[in-house]
Amino acid sequence: MQDAKPAINENVIQMQHICKSFGTVQALSDVHFELKRGEILSLLGENGSGKTTLMNILAGIYFPDAGDIFVNGKHVTIRQPKDAFDLNIGMVHQHFKLVEVFSAAENIVLGLPGKTTINRRALYKHVQEIADQYGFEIDPEKKIYDMSVSEKQTVEIIKALYRGADILILDEPTAVLTPQETDKLFEIMRAMKADQKSIILITHKLNEVLAVSDRVTVLRKGEYIDTVHTKDATIQSLTDMMVGHSVSLAIDRPAPTNVEPILMVQSLTALNQEGTKALDDVSFEANGGEILGIAGISGSGQRELCEAIAGLYPVIGGSILYRNIVDGYEVDENVVGLNPHTIAKKGIALAFVPEDRLGMGLAPSLDMVDNIMLKHYREKKGFFVDRKSPRQIAERLVEELQIVTPDVFTPIRQLSGGNVQKILVGREIDTAPRLLMVAYPVRGLDINSSYTIYNLLNEQKEKGTAVIFVGEDLDVLMEISDRVLVMSSGRVTGIVDPRVTSKQDIGLLMLGQSIDNVKGADAV
Amino acid sequence: MKVLMVIINWINAAVLSGTPLLLATSGEILTEKSGNLNLGVEGQMYMGAIAGLAGAWFTEQWFGVGGIIPLIAAVIFAFLMGCISGLIYAVLTVSLRANQNVTGLTLAIFGTGFARFFGEVLSNKAGGFVAVGRETKGVFSNIDFGKLAEIPVIGTLFFRYNWLVYFALIIAIILGWFLNRTRKGLSLRAVGENPGTADSAGINVTRYKYAATTIGGGLCGLGGLCMSMVSQKGVWQPNCVSGYGWLAIALVIFATWSPLRAIYSSIIFGGLSVMYMRIPIPGLPREIYMMFPYMATIIVLILTSIRQSKEHAQPASTGYNYYREER
Amino acid sequence: MTDQKINKVNAKDQPDIPCPPAQDMRPVMKEPLVRMKKRGVVTTRHKAIVYILGFILALLVGALMLLAVGKNPIIAYRDMAVGSFGTKIASAETVRIAIPLLITSVAVGFAFKMKFWNIGAEGQILAGAVACSYIVIHSINNGNYIPRLPLHLIMVICALIGGALFGFLPAFFKTKWGTNETLFTLMLNYIAIQYVVYLQSLRTWQHPDSSYPKIIDFSTFTDGKVELPRLFGVHIGWIFALIIAVIAYFYLTRTKHGFEISVVGDSMNTARYAGMNTTWIQIRTLLVSGALAGFVGYLQVAGANHTLTETSAGGVGFTAITVAWLAKLNPFVMVPISIFIAMLQKGSLFIQSTMRIPASVADLLTGLILFFMLGCEFFIEYKLVFRGKRNVSHLEQKEVAE
Repeated sequence: MQDAKPAINENVIQMQHICKSFGTVQALSDVHFELKRGEILSLLGENGSGKTTLMNILAGIYFPDAGDIFVNGKHVTIRQPKDAFDLNIGMVHQHFKLVEVFSAAENIVLGLPGKTTINRRALYKHVQEIADQYGFEIDPEKKIYDMSVSEKQTVEIIKALYRGADILILDEPTAVLTPQETDKLFEIMRAMKADQKSIILITHKLNEVLAVSDRVTVLRKGEYIDTVHTKDATIQSLTDMMVGHSVSLAIDRPAPTNVEPILMVQSLTALNQEGTKALDDVSFEANGGEILGIAGISGSGQRELCEAIAGLYPVIGGSILYRNIVDGYEVDENVVGLNPHTIAKKGIALAFVPEDRLGMGLAPSLDMVDNIMLKHYREKKGFFVDRKSPRQIAERLVEELQIVTPDVFTPIRQLSGGNVQKILVGREIDTAPRLLMVAYPVRGLDINSSYTIYNLLNEQKEKGTAVIFVGEDLDVLMEISDRVLVMSSGRVTGIVDPRVTSKQDIGLLMLGQSIDNVKGADAV
Repeated sequence: MKVLMVIINWINAAVLSGTPLLLATSGEILTEKSGNLNLGVEGQMYMGAIAGLAGAWFTEQWFGVGGIIPLIAAVIFAFLMGCISGLIYAVLTVSLRANQNVTGLTLAIFGTGFARFFGEVLSNKAGGFVAVGRETKGVFSNIDFGKLAEIPVIGTLFFRYNWLVYFALIIAIILGWFLNRTRKGLSLRAVGENPGTADSAGINVTRYKYAATTIGGGLCGLGGLCMSMVSQKGVWQPNCVSGYGWLAIALVIFATWSPLRAIYSSIIFGGLSVMYMRIPIPGLPREIYMMFPYMATIIVLILTSIRQSKEHAQPASTGYNYYREER
Repeated sequence: MTDQKINKVNAKDQPDIPCPPAQDMRPVMKEPLVRMKKRGVVTTRHKAIVYILGFILALLVGALMLLAVGKNPIIAYRDMAVGSFGTKIASAETVRIAIPLLITSVAVGFAFKMKFWNIGAEGQILAGAVACSYIVIHSINNGNYIPRLPLHLIMVICALIGGALFGFLPAFFKTKWGTNETLFTLMLNYIAIQYVVYLQSLRTWQHPDSSYPKIIDFSTFTDGKVELPRLFGVHIGWIFALIIAVIAYFYLTRTKHGFEISVVGDSMNTARYAGMNTTWIQIRTLLVSGALAGFVGYLQVAGANHTLTETSAGGVGFTAITVAWLAKLNPFVMVPISIFIAMLQKGSLFIQSTMRIPASVADLLTGLILFFMLGCEFFIEYKLVFRGKRNVSHLEQKEVAE
């Protein structure tokens, strides 16, 4: 091992020139990062800015394409999570890595060397000691499946500390916590800091950054922007760094014509698996000839909203009215409680591009023709399926959308993400929908494929379709949408006109500020 | 008094008949705790059965001794053959990522064919049929506890068994201790529950899966040994396992993945499978009576699926192979 | 489409961190020696080579086992071929073995395509056989009153219903409560076998002169009415089998039902997204799967055995699983595979008498071949990348992200 001295003595971590790409998408390009001993550093950025990817590299989940990592001045290669432990780096992932049927203490000692048998009493005592030292409240004997999210998070943090972590990475730890729990977590973080531990807080919540951290490093679209001292920063200055100046993407936005309501969602409420509200009193209208963008931090209820409208998510209150045309008359039909088949049988032309392409929406082992057939194999009468027309559609889509595939009979799991997405979007658009919902349609796609998708959406809009676009890139959302609905924690915090609203204001709405407090955002 | 004697004798027979089940169930529990659902137990027991018998027989033939030495050879052969069968399964599912269900079913077919093939080869060699000598048969029959076995009730219930009965009990208890009390046991359970978490905690998932599946196979092999050396008294019988391997897999569910609960579960199932001989029910044809263990299995399967419990459930990753890239 | 590119905001104002020269700083840990990489699109040629190599290896391992027991594997393999297709009678016998195998593989193939592990074909065959035997016994005990054609029609219908019932039970409980279908179907096998043993003990079913419990020969007691006609020396079940394979192929690939089976097997969520009734699709498919196996039961009673025994299914339910999997669930491919497995079985009977090699060598070889074919899948989908090709190996992280 080389005995290189760190350039700045108190730096416990230095990452230099880190690059990482996933396929054609550059997740990180030439990113720098440094962490000092005994500080709390916020890593700030929007969804997709690369902050989690950067920390996953530090924790041994991903391996960088290029770049150097120094821990306590030593040049290291972190190939797997164990290497990170050995360097005293601990990460608390957003999705906890805990064994559900084990107790807290069992999870904490999992995989550690030691005596053959586990002395549970001594273990509980030791865990309790660590907990008391930093002020955690924990029952070491409690099973994980009986725990609340905040308790699980506590277990994760103690697990890292128990392994002797001096550097603790917390990935969006407050996303799942109540305000009171958040305050408690911050107190614990300060206690750890006092104990000379270094903490990296991945977040996009500005008030938290200001409340707890010493310095802030900002990433945007996979690039390093700046590092500042928190005392010199304000919400405004951080927002500017985080969202940047509006960048012209030159996405067309044709003027909406023949705008008329097609979908009316009223006071929609739904529960998630934990029994809390995934959707809380959501109301809005989607109009034909318009693109309605839905912005929000991921996990704010976008997925549940789309699936509820498509008949795939149970709803406990409110209504979803779809303006159907039956025998020349307009009828508002409530689709709550119907499944996708009965919705389609009512003649409601609804198309949906879900977030998890290969898990829902497409059958990965089947070929393109069969996947296109998925939506309308029932339409023709009789016992047999007709592959002639889906095949024609498939071949046309290949040509129109420049889908790269050996032929239309190749199982689609062998194709790249961009091509898979084109197949899905192409199929949905081809059903001539009156309502088209797309969730994160350009995630993982390269620039050219992304623009193909944007153009397809605009074409639909011009045909009079009501388009709902759930996105994560605010720049894109603001350029393509006619209206932007902002969600936060399952609620609608505002519906704004992106032509006249600033990106910063939308950012504030995403963080849960109510529309009345956001100047410049006009309720549409 | 007569009723009591019938019941006591029935329990004695239940324990005897439950012993191969207990060994195989313990083996399958160990395997499933690593997240591998091995449906090949029937084949593994067959392989252990023939290997054990062959081990004993060849030792007798080559060294001209009976008794304890052929017994040791039988145990080693049966265990190793079971290990090999587990290893085949592990190579295919862990390293080569083959479908667990199909691999297990193939192992069941292969193992049965393997045992019958070599069993018949051996029979031909022995001039008709294979049977171990009286001395070797003796060491596989009931242990002589002397006066203890004469005690009424207690003697029949506890001291009229062959050594494999006590051995199987000890194995189950050790396995229970290993899974619940030791560090490695904890790691193994983590591998079966959530290999991703185990991997990120620095546990070598592949190594644990291999070890558990191989040793689990070895225990199934010993279960087979029990069938050929005890139940069939050291004579090769091409149908000697006769579905016990499948019952063992079902017993794992009945015992809710606990080796300690497997002890009484195997006695209950052993009891069910000999019940028709011990407790006649007037008006019930014997042939229908013999369906009891299978019907009971189905009822257990249905009941356990209706009352899902978080704790006493199949290890969460069972049936799925783990690829690190999908972490 | 616009030609404009995104104006990237260049990283600016980066603190000037002195970077130690790279070559002085050896990484502490190394990359793994071997890692796996997905091949992406696989050519047919590559597939064929891997499968053929796997097959040869399986035969080689089989040869080693034969050598171990002192038999000449080359002569054994040659004699198996001769014994299964050397004479007209041998060929007829081989085909006779292949008939139930083919139909049963089709039956379990339906369920497997849906990832429903129906290993109860054995029981479903017996259920069909028992159901149609009831009709025969009823007719015999009432003065042999049912004429030939109606007899067969009723027998077929009963066999289909019997098999379908045995398919329905596990499907119902699986869709309702997620009951483990593997063990459920398997236990039904034993129940069916035990039930046949029970029937053998019944006075009304027994053979009068037999020293051990045995069901009467249906042919003698119905003046041959129960026998299926023969064509080219084999009962006409082989025609049914071929027709079933063809229909099954079109059912799976050209019909709405078949399409639904594929989607449900591939992704339950996608099936729901497409508005499919996944519960009904599973139950329906198991009804069909069980009914087909039940039909095999009818063929065994009317075509092959003319009686009912507990070995009427004779392990076909299990061997069919290997056939279905080797054929990758394609009913057309099942035709040659089931004939091949039948060859192994017939050939092994032959070498049992000529070379004193136990007939169970067939099961041994079947298992070996499937083991190797299962192993082959890996080398078709993945290739191994050795240390040192760093640039290549990181491209695959793409799959992680998507």
